[in-house]
Amino acid sequence: MFGGLAMSPRAARLWISSPPLVYLLVFFAIPALIMVLASFRYAGELGGLAPLVGSGDPDELAGLTLENYQRFFGDSIYLELFLKSFLYASTTTVLCLVLAYPLALTIARSHAKWRDLLVLLVILPFWSNFLIRVYAWMIILGPQSAFTRVFNGALGLAGIEPVALLFSPVAVVIGLVYVHLPFMVLPLYANLEKHDPSLLDAAQDLGAGAWQRFWRVTFPLSLPGVYAGAALVFIPALGIFAIPDILGGTDGLLVGNVIKQQFLDARDWPFGSVLSIVLTVLAVLFAGMAAWVARGQRL
Amino acid sequence: MALLEIRSVTRRFRDFVAVDGVSLSIQAGEFFTLLGPSGCGKTTLLRMIAGFDQPDGGQIVIDGKDMAGVPPEERNVHTVFQSYALFPHMTVEQNIAFPLKMSRCPAGEIGARVREALDDVSLLGMEKRFPNELSGGQRQRVAVARALVNRPKLLLLDEPLAALDAKLKEKMQLELIALQKEVGITFIYVTHDQEEALALSHRIAVMNKGRVEQLDEPAVLYSAPKNRFVADFIGECNLLDCTVALQDGGTLDLDVAQLGRVRAAGVEGSAGATQGTLALRPEKVSIARALADETCVNRFRGKVHDYLYTGDVTLYIVEVEGGRRIEVMLPNNAVGRSSKFFEPGDAVEIGWREDAGHFLRD
Ligand SMILES: Nc1ncnc2c1ncn2[C@@H]1O[C@H](COP(=O)(O)OP(=O)(O)OP(=O)(O)O)[C@@H](O)[C@H]1O
Ligand SMILES: [Mg+2]
Repeated sequence: MFGGLAMSPRAARLWISSPPLVYLLVFFAIPALIMVLASFRYAGELGGLAPLVGSGDPDELAGLTLENYQRFFGDSIYLELFLKSFLYASTTTVLCLVLAYPLALTIARSHAKWRDLLVLLVILPFWSNFLIRVYAWMIILGPQSAFTRVFNGALGLAGIEPVALLFSPVAVVIGLVYVHLPFMVLPLYANLEKHDPSLLDAAQDLGAGAWQRFWRVTFPLSLPGVYAGAALVFIPALGIFAIPDILGGTDGLLVGNVIKQQFLDARDWPFGSVLSIVLTVLAVLFAGMAAWVARGQRL
Repeated sequence: MALLEIRSVTRRFRDFVAVDGVSLSIQAGEFFTLLGPSGCGKTTLLRMIAGFDQPDGGQIVIDGKDMAGVPPEERNVHTVFQSYALFPHMTVEQNIAFPLKMSRCPAGEIGARVREALDDVSLLGMEKRFPNELSGGQRQRVAVARALVNRPKLLLLDEPLAALDAKLKEKMQLELIALQKEVGITFIYVTHDQEEALALSHRIAVMNKGRVEQLDEPAVLYSAPKNRFVADFIGECNLLDCTVALQDGGTLDLDVAQLGRVRAAGVEGSAGATQGTLALRPEKVSIARALADETCVNRFRGKVHDYLYTGDVTLYIVEVEGGRRIEVMLPNNAVGRSSKFFEPGDAVEIGWREDAGHFLRD
């Protein structure tokens, strides 16, 4: 097809890959660049950015500065904020993995005629609005809900004081896990469904019981799915603001909330940009690490 | 006592009977083959021996123990799967060490035993390779080494050479025979390739539609098939419907339509039969422009209809005067002729000895 155009293989490759490249350029590289530039500027008086070239007034803030970075690295509160977000995202990832793995395995091992239906059920929540689903948790976890009453009733039987679920870290984690679970189930399922069942037969034939078959064959072979799912859960969970906003208490703010505050409430775009850049760098590092670990597994 | 006793084992899938009352008795140290066409139930029988499937009726006894309810991981039986089923995330070494780890072999011993197993299949030096870095033949050998490393009582092989090319297949056949002799483990080998079965086995069970048609040594199977199915399945064979004209002890006079009167040997149990099949191997039929051999009591004139040249032999299809077509095989190395002897249309005489043909009753 390209022969008639006498295109070299290299040119052909470039031609084929150019639409995604253009997409990346427009929707990732250029915004990232704008953000990096913004992080070195002063905040405008009424929000936005101060001009690059000043009018000559000595009190006016204009041009480039390292002030925003000095502020970030000068106060340990921001480091703690990132650590806290990291902790929430990690907890969410681990809980999602623990919950999603049995589910994905059950779907992958169920009869072929049920599989598509079960996958459909997993993505069914996507059909209603994200915020509405999170607000639903507000009701479920609220003090008057049947769930909370049963939960506190059970605690009471064990002799423990009743607790408020809503506006607590527990509520945030529940919301995070709930929202991200399908992103863990789907890559895991896609991986597990491809496993060659004769490998399990072989393992059993060679003396492996059910537990050994899982840990020595199924799990190691599913690691690419685990890494993909972990990246798909961890990275968005790291930057999310809507769930802590709705379900978290006053001390439940995460990086995403603070970034949102900088842009919308404090109107400090440059400092918001600094926080965003650090978040992006961390996310890229994490994704790179996951890819690197997955490659090291030679799968 | 036999190592493996299969007693009237039956397996049904809904109303389809995949294995139908099979009884076999396999001795320790034997190279035993299940031979049969695709879908005759070989794999199903093998899976029941390995423990992956349960018989609907009958009994499987290994080493005097009834295997009912014993899961595969607790049977001292290993399988070489047709797809090899090597663990893709483990090196050759780790693959072979797997059964040792499962049987809680002391860690200090594992290395030496893996090396020994690799030596058995001439794969030393490949320890660190992953299965996708091996050729088909090498993978096959890893699968055999893995299945043999902790010395099972019984090794099941389900068409292990089916994926290999002809040359490599032959080489691996020789290696398997040598290996089996060396380790002394009982092999149960499944194949639909009759040449492979004849080359490898001490005994062969020919299966058809879930039943064993005949169980014998290769030479007996080939020279004295018990029925039409076995005669047809093993080697080339002319199968001619016939009626019995005269029976005189072991020999019979048969009438074959479009051919005429033929003398043949009867297999046991043919006494009193009136109808049946004459089985005649093409290589037992002589062909010449005029037959000189006086021992050929059955002689017919005809002309060459067609031929098939296969390198070492040529298969002629001769149409006799009555109109019946008979296949005749002639080695190409005979009397200094390098190419074929006859052309289509050539007038020839064919003939065979009295004991060349076998009568099989219906
Ligand atoms: N799980 C199953 N459900 C229904 N039918 C089955 C099942 N397994 C096997 N069969 C049927 O039983 C018959 C025997 O199958 P089997 O796999 O034992 O054949 P085989 O002799 O190994 O053939 P091949 O040489 O093609 O491997 C086939 O007709 C097959 O369709
Ligand atoms: Mg089979």
